[in-house]
Amino acid sequence: MITIEDLTVSFGAVQALRNVSMIAETGKITAVLGANGAGKTTLLRAISGLKEPKRGTIRMGERNLVHRRTEDIARLGIGHVPEGRGVIGEFTVEENLRLGAMMAKVNLQKGLEEQYEQFPVLGERRKQHAAKLSGGERQMLAMARALIAKPSVLLLDEPSLGLAPLVTAQLMHTIHSLCESSDLTVILVEQNASSALRIAHHAVVLHVGRVVANDDASVVAADENLRQYYLGLVE
Amino acid sequence: MDPFLTSRIVTDILGGLTNGVSFGMVALSLVLIWRSTGVLNFAQGAMPMFATYVGFALLSYHFGYWACVVACIIAGLLIGGLTERLLVRGLYGKPEINPIVVMVGFLIVLEAVAAAIWSSTPRSIPSPFSSIHWQLAGKPFALSPFTVYEIASALLVMAAVAALFRFTKLGLQLRASALAPEVSRLLGVRVGRLLTLGWMLSTVVGVITTILVASNFFTGLTPQVMDGIFAYGFIAAAIGGLESPVGAIIAGVVLGVVNQFVTDYVNQNAVIIIALAILIVSLMIRPSGVFTKSTQRRV
Repeated sequence: MITIEDLTVSFGAVQALRNVSMIAETGKITAVLGANGAGKTTLLRAISGLKEPKRGTIRMGERNLVHRRTEDIARLGIGHVPEGRGVIGEFTVEENLRLGAMMAKVNLQKGLEEQYEQFPVLGERRKQHAAKLSGGERQMLAMARALIAKPSVLLLDEPSLGLAPLVTAQLMHTIHSLCESSDLTVILVEQNASSALRIAHHAVVLHVGRVVANDDASVVAADENLRQYYLGLVE
Repeated sequence: MDPFLTSRIVTDILGGLTNGVSFGMVALSLVLIWRSTGVLNFAQGAMPMFATYVGFALLSYHFGYWACVVACIIAGLLIGGLTERLLVRGLYGKPEINPIVVMVGFLIVLEAVAAAIWSSTPRSIPSPFSSIHWQLAGKPFALSPFTVYEIASALLVMAAVAALFRFTKLGLQLRASALAPEVSRLLGVRVGRLLTLGWMLSTVVGVITTILVASNFFTGLTPQVMDGIFAYGFIAAAIGGLESPVGAIIAGVVLGVVNQFVTDYVNQNAVIIIALAILIVSLMIRPSGVFTKSTQRRV
């Protein structure tokens, strides 16, 4: 479980997050929604230690994550799939996966087989450079690279960005299945609010760095004001 | 015996190859640092020179050649690591001119300190192998036991570096840290330590090159011993592409052979002019370097 209390993150004089508090429960998908500049990516970067908060706490269970180095946070079991996927194009699919498995104490061969079973296209392209994969395949690779380390928390930043609707639907189904079949805690940052709300258990809506809604996904999805003013979902 | 082996062309090729591997090694060490930290290390000749002086100071205490080589490598590891931690770390992310100015300054300081401690007089390093060229059918052949040692050592180092990057977990992490530091950190890779290690490795490659150059009977060890070789190594790295270790080595070897032919057939004074002309032409045609993909960072 990830517990965030009173989190404030600044870029110079600009506050990207202001007194944000939220809980991402174990085994559940928490969607973080909002328009561009709402602070969604900054929230994930603060959890991963890529951005030092000005104030507030971020806890994983009882462990405080603030002031820890990114690599130490990753080794605690937090997998972060960054915006733009972050696969290493010069590496082959298998090298990307090997890198993901390296820091976690997992059996590499077993881990590779599991990921190839989950994402068969990666198995077919294991020797291909990641730069040559399509957008959807890269997203799968980025997720597989995070999952091979068996994280307890998965942070996904705009996984549907630039993907065709069909691929996005498949991806959301995969995320949902992963969560159903394990105790994986997922924090899903998305601009595609309708797709995210379809699979999320809980939703947090950010607007210019502040939390404007924090409730069950079904409640947020049904709130006409939120849909219209913050999520851009007009019937 | 085949007279072809003692012909002028074969002699030039083998002589050029001997020099070329040194250029290639310096170019490789430059590429290692550039790829891992984006810093153009102008002290890449001076740092190994200093480590070699430190290591061979043991000669005065009656240690043998190989013990001194080990001491040089240890000194190189320390100098490389300390330089990254104390001098370079604060320069990452700053304009590219900042580390260049700092490393040029460091080069001057290291050469001055070495001259103050050990003097500028060439210091003889006892070679473990003879520099007298073999004879074939009564004619001098281009190779000696020492040049074979020089070429074999360089090839061994290059193969070891290639194997490290290609086949080991450490190599995978080093490459990942260089290509995508933030993503590597997100995967738990301790990027800071690997940057230090990259500088240590690169300095050791430079130290082995310096030992080979300084062990040559005709060279000896001076504070400026690597200046000329650094210049050609830098040219080779720029021609091959600062992103390409293989390109840097190949360009170094080719440059060595070209230099030898220019020395033999034209004039020794024309060597640097021809080398710079090749550099200019190659950069005009391939600004990123001959062996670097054009989408990558430009030299």
